[in-house]
Amino acid sequence: MAVETKPAGAVADHKEMLISGSEACAEALTLADLDVVTAYPIRPYDTVMQAIAKKIANGHLEAEYIVAEGEHSQFEIVKHASTVGARVFCGSSGVGWMYAMECLTVTPPLRVPMVCMVGNRALDDPGAFGVEHNDALVVRDLGWMLIWVDTAQEMLDTTLLAYRIAEDRRVFLPCAISADGAFLTHSQSICQVPSRSLVDKFLPRYDRGDLQLHPDNPITVAPQANEDWVIEIRRQNDEAMKRATTVIDEAYADFRKVMGRGPENPWFEEYMTDDAEIILIGMGTISLPMKVGIRNMRAQGKKVGLIRPRWFRPFPTERMVKALSKASAIGVIDRDYSFGSPFNSGVVANEIRAALYNADQRPPLLSFICGLGGREVTLEDVAKATDMCFAAAKAGKSDPKTHWLGVRE
Amino acid sequence: MADTAFTNATQILEPFKGVKKVTIEEYFTSGHRTCQGCESALVMKLMVKAAGPRTIVLGSTGCMYVANTTYYTTPWVVPWMHTQLGSSGSAALGTAAGLKALMKKGKMKSEPINVIAFCGDGGGADMGLGAISATLTHKEYNSLILLYDNESYANTDIQLSGSTPYGANTTFSPPGSVKRIIHTRWKKNTAGMLAAGHTECRYVATVDASYAVEMMNKVRKALTIGGPTFIHSLDPCPKGWDYDPMLSHELGELAVETGVFPLYEVEDGVVRHYGKTKAIVEGRPRKPVREYLLKQGRFAHFTEEDLEYFQAKVDEMWDKWEIPGVIPFWKERPGK
Repeated sequence: MAVETKPAGAVADHKEMLISGSEACAEALTLADLDVVTAYPIRPYDTVMQAIAKKIANGHLEAEYIVAEGEHSQFEIVKHASTVGARVFCGSSGVGWMYAMECLTVTPPLRVPMVCMVGNRALDDPGAFGVEHNDALVVRDLGWMLIWVDTAQEMLDTTLLAYRIAEDRRVFLPCAISADGAFLTHSQSICQVPSRSLVDKFLPRYDRGDLQLHPDNPITVAPQANEDWVIEIRRQNDEAMKRATTVIDEAYADFRKVMGRGPENPWFEEYMTDDAEIILIGMGTISLPMKVGIRNMRAQGKKVGLIRPRWFRPFPTERMVKALSKASAIGVIDRDYSFGSPFNSGVVANEIRAALYNADQRPPLLSFICGLGGREVTLEDVAKATDMCFAAAKAGKSDPKTHWLGVRE
Repeated sequence: MADTAFTNATQILEPFKGVKKVTIEEYFTSGHRTCQGCESALVMKLMVKAAGPRTIVLGSTGCMYVANTTYYTTPWVVPWMHTQLGSSGSAALGTAAGLKALMKKGKMKSEPINVIAFCGDGGGADMGLGAISATLTHKEYNSLILLYDNESYANTDIQLSGSTPYGANTTFSPPGSVKRIIHTRWKKNTAGMLAAGHTECRYVATVDASYAVEMMNKVRKALTIGGPTFIHSLDPCPKGWDYDPMLSHELGELAVETGVFPLYEVEDGVVRHYGKTKAIVEGRPRKPVREYLLKQGRFAHFTEEDLEYFQAKVDEMWDKWEIPGVIPFWKERPGK
């Protein structure tokens, strides 16, 4: 339940609330004056739909709230609502996201700026409610913008940013915000919730423009294009994703200007990296044990830092390479898997490897898989990974093996 | 900004009183490449002619998507959008909900806009049935889902669907030297099922473009009554049914006259049989199904035994069903 706290520490034109990641998302959706939302139950993302339902029931938000009969319909309904000009929201978790897969594939080429929350969850079977990132990652090649958030505050801010970026006519691509199941969806923290007038200054109304499906604009959408035109349409998607990079930078700059807060670097969080010899990388709430582990190691004189990627698509290749090139070794901890991939690594490790391929400075890179199915990532796991990174730094070369941490062998 | 208050009203579309009173404007014109004798193309034309210009049409994957809308050409004068094979229900619901939200909140001029989503029998009776069912329970959103039933996946090489008649030769059910009848399932009673299962859906009807004015008037009723509605159209298909394209109209009539495809509507729970179907219910003899089946190459392998089986199953619809041609179920007979 959301608890409003005293405004003592609040930023100007904000109020402080103690809310979960899902509730923070619902606060942002209310401020964004959402038009159509579709719900279907699956843990853990569905807490956001429960929060939105309360917002509507209590008169804080006027929106069409449709409970679909499955995730396929859930995503199709909002896709079509968006084409007539409605601001829409959807979401899912784990196999629910997979059930919607056909709809997820068509949304980017239709240039539908849908915003979704993925409450990251392991793909059953075997049954597991806990976090893994493979669900959201399946759409990484399809034209979805993907961002991982770490805190309820970041969820709230990112939801507003996602609409601003997705609905920019230069982009018009869907955006999925990933929140680690339970660790973020269900965990409460103090949030700064901006006023409606601040949000109105930051977030313009969704304008579908000449793509709006309406009798006043009788267009035919998504015909058979075949080999005559498909490659050109794919290229347009590619250009839109490239333009998103600029739009993201602009949007965060404007967010900081309007809200008086927000990160300088939209792309990733850097923690104690200034003098770091070892840079660890991890997405989402894994940052908490990693940061604590890093502080402990710093107390022992070990110079370790963290990069927590936010935006995974578009991937900030140059900035990431620049930030990593100063390290003596890099350790990537994936909360996902990619069976049979190069080096049998997780997805993030191989993306970082690919980004570094043309770099002048290519520090040794170690790949770790940890915390699958929502298993706790321990300080020992982090320390073990770091020690292996120090060894690789000393040897001056990468260890090609992917190491699974905290797993019963 | 809205200059009128949102009321969720539908358009006023009076029934056409005879073929000479039908409006002349077309909203489905040249620009498609459907087969000669394609009845489904006629259904599209009549459907949107009845609906008029303030209409949005959504089309799920199938012939009427692939053959109608090749990039850089389109027969649609009204806005049209593709939706996924199983998504006609969701497309109708999402479009209607988007319009409603924007009009209610003053973000779009408030006016009644027809929302029609069509699907083939594969998209409707098979893959999309769940989504259609869901949409028919959302009574606050006005839309029409029209199923054009050519009794096979006709766009992908004529494969059988849940709406293909018993025994038909399709590329997934070819009669062979050892097995004559591969497709042994009886066609789904889609309209009856949807009418029976969605008690707040105000209008379900069956149509046949051989009876064009009746068909258009049912579309008009479906669009004006309010809430989600469903129409099932039987569309003879020269390619899939294997007959001379000139026979489309005649086969459409024979399907009704033999009692294979009944014409009716269910309006607010009241069943009304139409035309020749009404006559059958009132006792006029049905033509034998062989007159319909043997004009089609897809039944050319039928033996006398197959024809008798088919006839007996159709006879049941009229002699035994609780509501002839619409709802099955037998009341327990006294003494049994």
